Amino acid sequence: MAIIVDRDTRLVVQGITGREGSFHATRNLHYGTNVVSGVTPGKGGESVEGIPVFDTVRAAMKETAPNVAMVFVPARFAADAIYEAVDAGIGTVICITEGIPAHDMLRVYNYVRPRGVTLVGPNCPGVLSPGKANVGIIPAEIFSEGPVGLVSRSGTLTYQIGHELTQLGIGQSTIVGIGGDPVVGSSFIDVLARFEADAETEIVVMVGEIGGAEEEKAAEFIGAEMSKPVVAYIAGFTAPPGKTMGHAGAIISGSAGTAQTKKEALEAHGVRVGTNPTEVARLAAEVVGSRAG
Amino acid sequence: MDLYEYQGKELFARAGIPVSEGRLATTAEEARAAAEELGGQVVVKAQVLVGGRGKAGGIQLADTPEQAEEHAAAILGMDIRGHVVRRLWIERASDIAKEYYLSVTFDRGEKKPLFMLTTEGGVDIEEVAEKSPEALARLHVDPLEGLQPWHGRWLIFTAGIDSPSEQKQVTAIVEKLFGAFVDFDAMLCEINPLIVTPDGEVKALDSKFTVDDNALYRHSDIADMRDLEAADPRERLAREKGVTYVKLDGEIGILGNGAGLVMATLDVIDQVGGRPANFCDLGGGGDAQGVVEALEVITSDEQVNAILFNIFGGITRCDEVARGILTALGQMEIRHPIVVRLDGTNAEEGRRLLTEAAPANLYVEETMLSAAEKVVSL
Repeated sequence: MAIIVDRDTRLVVQGITGREGSFHATRNLHYGTNVVSGVTPGKGGESVEGIPVFDTVRAAMKETAPNVAMVFVPARFAADAIYEAVDAGIGTVICITEGIPAHDMLRVYNYVRPRGVTLVGPNCPGVLSPGKANVGIIPAEIFSEGPVGLVSRSGTLTYQIGHELTQLGIGQSTIVGIGGDPVVGSSFIDVLARFEADAETEIVVMVGEIGGAEEEKAAEFIGAEMSKPVVAYIAGFTAPPGKTMGHAGAIISGSAGTAQTKKEALEAHGVRVGTNPTEVARLAAEVVGSRAG
Repeated sequence: MDLYEYQGKELFARAGIPVSEGRLATTAEEARAAAEELGGQVVVKAQVLVGGRGKAGGIQLADTPEQAEEHAAAILGMDIRGHVVRRLWIERASDIAKEYYLSVTFDRGEKKPLFMLTTEGGVDIEEVAEKSPEALARLHVDPLEGLQPWHGRWLIFTAGIDSPSEQKQVTAIVEKLFGAFVDFDAMLCEINPLIVTPDGEVKALDSKFTVDDNALYRHSDIADMRDLEAADPRERLAREKGVTYVKLDGEIGILGNGAGLVMATLDVIDQVGGRPANFCDLGGGGDAQGVVEALEVITSDEQVNAILFNIFGGITRCDEVARGILTALGQMEIRHPIVVRLDGTNAEEGRRLLTEAAPANLYVEETMLSAAEKVVSL
């Protein structure tokens, strides 16, 4: 097992003929992901690395029966692309696109949520289940199969921590980048619940950052609902209030959303919080080691 | 993007929310002329993108144009919590009978717009929420349902507004504020205070307006409102160059790829006893041009005395970044010592390239921690 994407994934890539879309669709394909189709309006009938391209998601649905959509279209068309995938009956949408207006995502979120659709992102690196499927831009060669579920708001920081884990000989079940925007389709809690239910995942490493209150909510969820150990890292202890630190969502407003309050909330629920990526990997290794022993 | 009070009020007026008449002034003479034009008592208000200007003396009443000029001369150039006043809003003075508070914000937790209304306005809303939460009417609006008349009714009755005339005016303002919030892609629209005059007229006496940067492409008029001079000059330079840069107070210049990794780098620098001078994200790039532009921004900060590159190669390949760094160093003269940490995709090749070229002031490190320790020791 793994979560969100695995060997049963049948992927359609929206925006497959774009520069980024074709590059990453091809990478995902070569990793072994079952990329069944792509969609670019007006380019139906073409193909990318042997992947058939359709004009609409419905047409792709009819011919290739995808169950996961990856969105690579430009920001101003991305909300539309998500609606199109959901309306075609696709149950999991992973949106890589960054820069989508927050109000667009607000409506998308409230539309997809009651329909039971899993939306990951936007502005995220995607989802990788090592050895099974890679949907997005995560460099798979850094990661390996194993017991750690990794969930993060940040891309390169995830790679850094995954790399440190791999160097300690610890692999991962699934790596989920939930994205750094103010409105994301999947929260930490959504992903933690899936890791809790996943047989392959033994422990979870959660990588948060300043802004919002999702880490605090996750802390309560972990305390109340999770039996598996969780280790966390929070980036942004030295971030000044009122400044956006790269991600639209990474901003301290007033006294809310600081790294310190997030760390304290997590520790209050028994989560060990590392002070840098190296320490987090070491803490995770300790937990894995003690469980193996 | 945060707007000045007068810019927010302009958007309020466009949405049909009543505001007082006013004029923008950037000199004491303009303030005097504005007061003459408006006639009668005026308020001279410092325009800064920070709270607390009243307490700092940035808001003054003037009975005559001469007085307006005097106040303007005193307020212009004033430093309000690190923000220098360069613009004034001269507004016709209002008589105030009551002060309410009304806002609609982007509630990230609930992922819905959130209205807040209280008759205890004019003060810090967080204080009201803490001390008398029952006085604060809070209501979420489903973005798919949109604002319905019941939302406005619920807000006025729950907040305890009992005058029929006020009820009518406030519900109309609620509707228009929601219109402004959606139409202008706002993250925050706040009216504090929303005043009732002795004649019973309800209007916005202040505005706090934040617009989503990601949506500015569909609001070029609002994008043009950005006050480029208000930003730190280096942040302005960075914006022009397309580099994500935030000025901080320390001495160690930081470049990295990815917002999370850069934030983590700042923390690690702090942990080993250094102080970061900036946040700078190269993004997915790392080619020579990107490195040159980021270095130009970072080295324009005179406080910087050493530079740390923290690169984790994913899609970005470390050998490419190494070539970018070497090309950049060939193109520009950098007197600061530079520590480069490369890890991930093609890191060995990247480190080899740097070591072989061996510029005098360049140090190569393998881990984030050792690189941070090295740069702090220089």
